[in-house]
Amino acid sequence: MQKFTTHSGIAAPLRMMNVDTDIIIPKQFLRTIKRTGLGVHAFNDIRYNEDGSDKEDFVLNKEPYRQASILITGENFGCGSSREHAPWALADMGIRVVIAPSFADIFFNNSFKNGMLPIALPQEQVDQLMNEAEENPGTPIEIDLEKQTITRGNKFSFPFEIDPFRKHCLLNGLDDIGLTLQKGKEISTFEDQDKQKRSWLY
Amino acid sequence: MNSKPRTLFEKIWDDHVIHTDENGTSLIYIDRHLVHEVTSPQAFEGLRLAGRKVHHPHGTLAVVDHNVPTTDRANGIDDPESRLQVDTLMENCEAFGVQVFDIFDKRQGIVHIIGPEQGFTQPGMTIVCGDSHTSTHGAFGALAFGIGTSEVEHVLATQTLIQKPAKSMRVTVDGTLPTGVTAKDMILAIIGEIGTAGGTGHVIEYAGEAVRALSMEGRMTICNMSIEGGARAGMVAPDQVTFDYIKGRPMAPQGADWDKAVAYWKTLATDEGAVFDKEVSLRAEDIAPTVTWGTTPEDVLPITGAVPAPSDFDDPNKQQSVERMLDYMGLNAGTKLTDIALDKIFIGSCTNARIEDLREVAKIADGKKVADTIKLAMVVPGSGLVKEQAEKEGIADILIEAGFDWREPGCSMCLAMNADKLEPGERCASTSNRNFEGRQGRGGRTHLMSPAMAAAAAITGRLVDVRELA
Repeated sequence: MQKFTTHSGIAAPLRMMNVDTDIIIPKQFLRTIKRTGLGVHAFNDIRYNEDGSDKEDFVLNKEPYRQASILITGENFGCGSSREHAPWALADMGIRVVIAPSFADIFFNNSFKNGMLPIALPQEQVDQLMNEAEENPGTPIEIDLEKQTITRGNKFSFPFEIDPFRKHCLLNGLDDIGLTLQKGKEISTFEDQDKQKRSWLY
Repeated sequence: MNSKPRTLFEKIWDDHVIHTDENGTSLIYIDRHLVHEVTSPQAFEGLRLAGRKVHHPHGTLAVVDHNVPTTDRANGIDDPESRLQVDTLMENCEAFGVQVFDIFDKRQGIVHIIGPEQGFTQPGMTIVCGDSHTSTHGAFGALAFGIGTSEVEHVLATQTLIQKPAKSMRVTVDGTLPTGVTAKDMILAIIGEIGTAGGTGHVIEYAGEAVRALSMEGRMTICNMSIEGGARAGMVAPDQVTFDYIKGRPMAPQGADWDKAVAYWKTLATDEGAVFDKEVSLRAEDIAPTVTWGTTPEDVLPITGAVPAPSDFDDPNKQQSVERMLDYMGLNAGTKLTDIALDKIFIGSCTNARIEDLREVAKIADGKKVADTIKLAMVVPGSGLVKEQAEKEGIADILIEAGFDWREPGCSMCLAMNADKLEPGERCASTSNRNFEGRQGRGGRTHLMSPAMAAAAAITGRLVDVRELA
């Protein structure tokens, strides 16, 4: 997995709440057997007109937000389906960080598996970041995972929370499966004991 | 011995923890893993690249459902991408030794319908699937939740997952559901109450006499939509209704194992005095036939209501969102719900495509005709076995006679990955679980409701109170 240590980039304000995974990556693009190449389809229905041309009012179609690697958005981002195609599509279009007041659980979890950092902040701080991104569009935001801070020059600095295990995995680009396989012996011990208790399952 | 009163969730969690680190992150054992064609190819590819095997093939069951045509399958699948995904699942299952139901198998159907149907789903289990509606299986008193593809690969390789314990929430519905009001109305009302993010970070246990009075089909319907309230898992404590449903199914425990299993299952119910992080209560008598009017499942109203205005809401973000929803849905504030005309009807999905659902539909449709103004009214059974049963009971004949399209099993227009979809601007009464923008086809407008309500809507051509037709 790609490491995440620090990141500096342009933030795009997506003023919507409950952005669901069908909006992030509509179902017709799930008929793939690959993880890559989904970026061009991200937000398809709100990003492109029926004829395939860009919708001018969609934030990621505007400069300088076309270059954005940070998305600032409303509450309950990523609700809906479990499709990991949603973080794959965002990552593939260059988004590394999503900042929102809250996230849906499965999307939140899936993001970390792809070297992305979802950050939940209080609504007022999200509003401030959103306004900043609109008023001073070109100025980058810096995210430091080690220090757990979001800063914008000397304008502001917000701390953020992250689960220590997830932080460790992101900082080091660790693969969960590799970590778990190191516990192979504990897994077999569990199975042996469980076979006594719940024999019908095996 | 643990003397502290525990919830159903805590009991299952405790029985599956392999290891917990200093931060409270646990490695938990996964008993059963359901796999389908859309969220698994990248996971199997990952196993292949790393030279890994499936850890517990016997605990894994695969089926094709999301992408399959619901029309004649004799000539296979036309769409090349869909076909590739389906073929890839078949090859992966063959290579990794996983049992799979293909499109010609009569046990094939929607993954959350076939698990319970085969007895693969049992109380006390941890069950996962790369699909958010895995919460359905919680109806059996299992801890069941949806996972992403990276986690699918993790489970295939290790039969475990890295998790933190969820918070607990109990939703109690006491009283008796009025006539014409079903499990679907109950869960829509619950989501309306808690909101689409109300259950985020929580596992919901549904309790109370109205929940206990539900059949297994009804319990599956409510647990299924837990994710629409933000909760990854929903559950109902197992009882005699649960045991009776499971007994004798192909993958259920047999003989001495059955007695041992039931004895264990009976210990799972939440202890008296166990504490939940959140408690919500509803009265069954207060629930009416319910429909959605917006593009999130919390936007519900009793069928007797009228489309709201942005100014009916306090939160400015919600006001903005309501404005967008009314525009997308092509609705004006103040319009009576029963004045909303429809184009298509979809009866199906992992929420409502079980035999009991189809019986409800047939009861309403018997001797009547689908309205002329309805372009298409589809009924998509949840599995080949449901289809067979419905044909045996005469349900299929009633529906075909009434003018419904009687289809082959699959996810179909719940997510519209196959050819079944809405055209831009078309309005649909749907028994599925999501009314998101574009969910049933780009520009399509979805109103969620119970099977009985969708059947009544098919007959009248507009949203209607099923109690008027009964």
